[in-house]
Amino acid sequence: MEFGPHLILAVLEGLVQASVLTLTALGLSLVFGVMRVVNVAHGEFFMLGAVFAYWVASWMGGPAAIGFVAALIIAPVLAGLLAVACDWLILRRLDYDPERTIVATIGMLYVIQQVTLMTYGPDAHPVTPPFNHRLAIPWFEFTENGFEFYYPWGLSTTSYKLFVIFAAMVARMGIWLLMAKSKLGLILRATQLDGETAQAFGIPVERVYAFVFGLGAALAAVGAVLIVPIQQAHYLMGHDPLLLSFIVVIIGGLGSLRGTVVAAILIGMSNGVISVFFTPTLAKILATLLVAFVLVYRPQGLFGAKPA
Amino acid sequence: MLHLGLIAALVLLQFILPAYHHGNLARIMVLSVFAMGYNIMFGYAGLLSLGHAMFFTAGMYGMGLSVRLWDIPVGPAFVIGIFAAAALSLVVGLLALRTIGVAFMIVTLMFSQAVFLTILYFNPITRGDEGFVIAQQVRQIAGLDLSNPTTRYFAALILFAICLLAVLWLVRSRAGRVLIAIRENEERARLLGYDTWAHKLAAVVMSGTMAGAAGAAYGVLFGSVGASFAEVPFSILPLLYVLLGGPGTVIGPFVGTLFMFYLRDLSSSLTDAHMLVAGVVLILLTLFARRGIMGIVRERWLKWLP
Amino acid sequence: MAAMMLLSTRKLSRHFGGLRAVENVDFDLPEGQIRALIGPNGAGKTTFVSMLCGRIPVSSGDITFAGENVTRLPAHKRIQRGMAYTFQITSVFSDLTVQENVALAVQSRLERGAVLAGEVAKALAKVGLQDRADQIAGDLAYGHQRLLEIAMGLGQSPRLLILDEPTQGLSDGEVNDFIALIKDVAKDTTILLIEHNIDVVMALADKITVMNFGEVIAEGTPQEIHENATVQTAYLGG
Ligand SMILES: Nc1ncnc2c1ncn2[C@@H]1O[C@H](COP(=O)(O)OP(=O)(O)OP(=O)(O)O)[C@@H](O)[C@H]1O
Ligand SMILES: [Mg+2]
Repeated sequence: MEFGPHLILAVLEGLVQASVLTLTALGLSLVFGVMRVVNVAHGEFFMLGAVFAYWVASWMGGPAAIGFVAALIIAPVLAGLLAVACDWLILRRLDYDPERTIVATIGMLYVIQQVTLMTYGPDAHPVTPPFNHRLAIPWFEFTENGFEFYYPWGLSTTSYKLFVIFAAMVARMGIWLLMAKSKLGLILRATQLDGETAQAFGIPVERVYAFVFGLGAALAAVGAVLIVPIQQAHYLMGHDPLLLSFIVVIIGGLGSLRGTVVAAILIGMSNGVISVFFTPTLAKILATLLVAFVLVYRPQGLFGAKPA
Repeated sequence: MLHLGLIAALVLLQFILPAYHHGNLARIMVLSVFAMGYNIMFGYAGLLSLGHAMFFTAGMYGMGLSVRLWDIPVGPAFVIGIFAAAALSLVVGLLALRTIGVAFMIVTLMFSQAVFLTILYFNPITRGDEGFVIAQQVRQIAGLDLSNPTTRYFAALILFAICLLAVLWLVRSRAGRVLIAIRENEERARLLGYDTWAHKLAAVVMSGTMAGAAGAAYGVLFGSVGASFAEVPFSILPLLYVLLGGPGTVIGPFVGTLFMFYLRDLSSSLTDAHMLVAGVVLILLTLFARRGIMGIVRERWLKWLP
Repeated sequence: MAAMMLLSTRKLSRHFGGLRAVENVDFDLPEGQIRALIGPNGAGKTTFVSMLCGRIPVSSGDITFAGENVTRLPAHKRIQRGMAYTFQITSVFSDLTVQENVALAVQSRLERGAVLAGEVAKALAKVGLQDRADQIAGDLAYGHQRLLEIAMGLGQSPRLLILDEPTQGLSDGEVNDFIALIKDVAKDTTILLIEHNIDVVMALADKITVMNFGEVIAEGTPQEIHENATVQTAYLGG
């Protein structure tokens, strides 16, 4: 097959990856930005989103679309509520001390993962996509008649994948509206700037933190629900999203939402593109080293401005 | 005194314990060397690493690959393993110590992940996930068969004793006190005239080297070398052992390893979700017992405990 | 100049973003003097001495200590050359005992040995903390933590002792003891003292430097400063 059509396919795959990654990474970034803590259990909330989605969809039965829509609403809410509970019962009592929080969220990671293993089991389960039309990808060539479109054999994507890209865009808009335009967003930004002052101005900081922690988890879960029809739900599936989100959040600049989105698209895309052409292991090695070196030499991220 | 007593008790136990616990204890001693190394950085210098598995595996693969690729006898291969870990910890230390706090944790995590992936990537040489076995007939030093349970026990004990005494010596030395000062208040230590950066680097290298010694010994004594030792959970284990046993205490890492090992052993009859216990213990420790077992013992009863 | 300059700065500046915390300060401190550095809150005193001891890097300018340009030296090297700095905001090792705190200060210049314990005891006795040697530093009352901070400075036996508001939080009796102590220490140590308590300044200082908005606005004997109109307006907020 030619290089050109292959590239289009890679870009589309990359966009799907990037879409889900932006949501997951935004969740992590939001939590770090507002609360100044790193949630190592973030990937597990992603996994929970997928597992809940499977449960909701199989419990609803009926047409795939209804199960899916129900899952898209219920799974993130459940994951978010669970995160709120974790925050209230554990992190709040640690005073959000950065180091102790990391250790505690490592503990949460294993508890969530292992409990899922014990209940949901070690197998992967699919969720049926609400719709899934095959869409052939057009390509063009030069013939004696000039420019001609044709559909190379075997090169196609699905309507569902396009939907994922679109849905993630909507969710990103939602977050942007929330942060930039709403009163809640104002409260979040105030808390982010200075928790103590915010408290002094009567903002219930503890509740804001719990909400943010829940929102972060819910965002990851939304990403997961979107991806289960393509990827299947499995109790270990949180690992890669966690790692990738870390990479994205660090490269985008810790706590910068805009940087996160840019980095997520870049990395999600290149991850998709690279894995079509290179071995994924090599790509991952380079990515992890990149993150380490960014933290060492450019802690404000690749896109952040140098701090004064 | 206490520490010599512990070593003596471990010598005695060799003759008393039934085979099952005897085998466990050999493993626990090797793992607590790993934890003791971790404790130098975390418990004394206050540096929380999330990537110690890389030093353990550097020792393990440094040893294992020397045997596998070049047929070097396990004795010298063990030394090569230790040097490999020392070299890696020096490089990682030089880079990672430019960061502090959460960034330091993530940098160590990422380097460790890169080591793990590198092992997978060079699958033809390292046999990746599957790992490889160090054949029983080559696991010998000076004619002693290290796969024999008694020799193995004593080999583990000797390594354990050396490391325990080394840590004890370190803690009582001037450098050890400076490490504690750095943990408590780095800026103040610097403004008392201490080169805190050099001390931290030394702590990382000692810590990584000891972890590497544990890794190399694990490979020699138990015969298996594998990429799973480089995975994230294996970096969390020493943190767990040290937190449980008591960070900044000399025998804490051993106590923590011992408890955790048997806790896991007990729970495995109930469930095969091994890491569940680890997770619960981590959460409970951060919530209710930051100083760990020996830390509490020191606070309540034995103020002098190093 | 007759006496040798122990410490000099030339055009020393430090900016925080747009804020000029210290601006073009030329400063000379001869060996053996007690110099007081005064100025309203936020004048840049702490920032200035922090640059001297290397706690924060300079934005521009030069620092010379004992004839050597130390501007680029890391803090611990400057301390090893004979500076000591006590923090305005108490900064002791709060989980260690009082004795261990001072031992860490003494130890940095001594090789190990029996001298250590003696030196620690001497430093503690000078500030009157000898009875609390085994207490955990974090458990001490605030005033006692201030004294411990001073004892750590003394324990280093520096050539230049920089004290940042040492009497803040001390009782009147303790302040009098402090004045006596510094007079004694000053026999073989040069002292740079940041102080808000004007009685302490008048009792101790050979010479006074006044800072405001990051610049030196006056320098002279206590008498001269007392009569200086610019200083009066700076303090009255003119
Ligand atoms: N790390 C910093 N970042 C930004 N601004 C700072 C920093 N440290 C000090 N400043 C600012 O620099 C100015 C000088 O501060 P400095 O602490 O040197 O004053 P000071 O004379 O010691 O005051 P005080 O008498 O209150 O101790 C102040 O406006 C302060 O807010
Ligand atoms: Mg000040």
